Amino acid sequence: MVTLQLMSYSEIEGLSSLGKIRKLLDAARDETVVLLQGRLKPEEETELIKVTMEKINKEFKGIELAVVKPGKTHETGFAKLRSNIINTVLGDRQGFTLIGPANVVKAIKKNPDRIQLMMNKAKKRR
Amino acid sequence: MLDIFKKFVRKVFRDIFLRRKELKLGFYGPPNAGKTTLANKICKDWVGKDIGVVSEIAHETREVKVIDKVEIDYEGNKLTFAIADTPGIATKIDYEEFIKAGLKKTVAKKRAKEATRGVIDAIKWIDNMDVVVVVLDATKDPYSQVNITIIGNLQARNIPVLVVANKTDLKKANIKKVQAAFPQYDVVGMSAKKGKGMDAFYEALFALVG
Repeated sequence: MVTLQLMSYSEIEGLSSLGKIRKLLDAARDETVVLLQGRLKPEEETELIKVTMEKINKEFKGIELAVVKPGKTHETGFAKLRSNIINTVLGDRQGFTLIGPANVVKAIKKNPDRIQLMMNKAKKRR
Repeated sequence: MLDIFKKFVRKVFRDIFLRRKELKLGFYGPPNAGKTTLANKICKDWVGKDIGVVSEIAHETREVKVIDKVEIDYEGNKLTFAIADTPGIATKIDYEEFIKAGLKKTVAKKRAKEATRGVIDAIKWIDNMDVVVVVLDATKDPYSQVNITIIGNLQARNIPVLVVANKTDLKKANIKKVQAAFPQYDVVGMSAKKGKGMDAFYEALFALVG
């Protein structure tokens, strides 16, 4: 059975980068698809890929990952600078991040405004 | 204001590049996008040898390969590069996919293990690069998170980026879609396999670092 977990940004905001990655990867390795409010920093995303590679084994094949950002806002000047500072200091809470184990999620197809989750067919247990 | 600051930082970096003798030019992208094919084409053109082996099966390049002192002369301007061909970056690696592609189980498992290490190495090498060419397969979805993550990281590190929409010799290739996905970057459409679009590539590369 696949579990979908909705995770608010507040659940990870107090964690270190490695802590966030561990929390998300632990869920993926537990066959849980996580829908996280907001997104990781670019450096955290690459770290997530690195740690994922270290964890790959016979059972865990890696992850499918997608980030959907909201449409472009029309902020300019000071408002844009303020948003950038807030995102840098407090983390980017806009949009959402979808992370699922590759043995459960076959692919994530994404347009800028739409996201499709393609699931693997469940293997019959004997 | 932040954009002005970023442009200033980028200009300072470029000025530093020009005073240096050799620029580290990295080829990044997802597996099977044509990184090695393009790097081979450049190395063959300017130093007369290939940098790596090309294969239809993904993750043929499983370690970072470098050729130093590649002097490129484009319309009278000369720049010397250390060219680094990196393993394709992926979020998943399944040895069973290699078996489906025709490899034996033991070979497939070994390839998968080496491929995971290759992805880690490719990511570690990002910080060493002065300029990066992100090679994308123009027949595939450019909005893949791997592409966005690679480019986001390069942007965060202020590393100049040139995006190549490769495989334009194929019918399904869609350069406009790649351009729409990454409007802030120069996107060069080309077929590295057929050697088409090389002039536009060199022009864009020299415009970026020259």
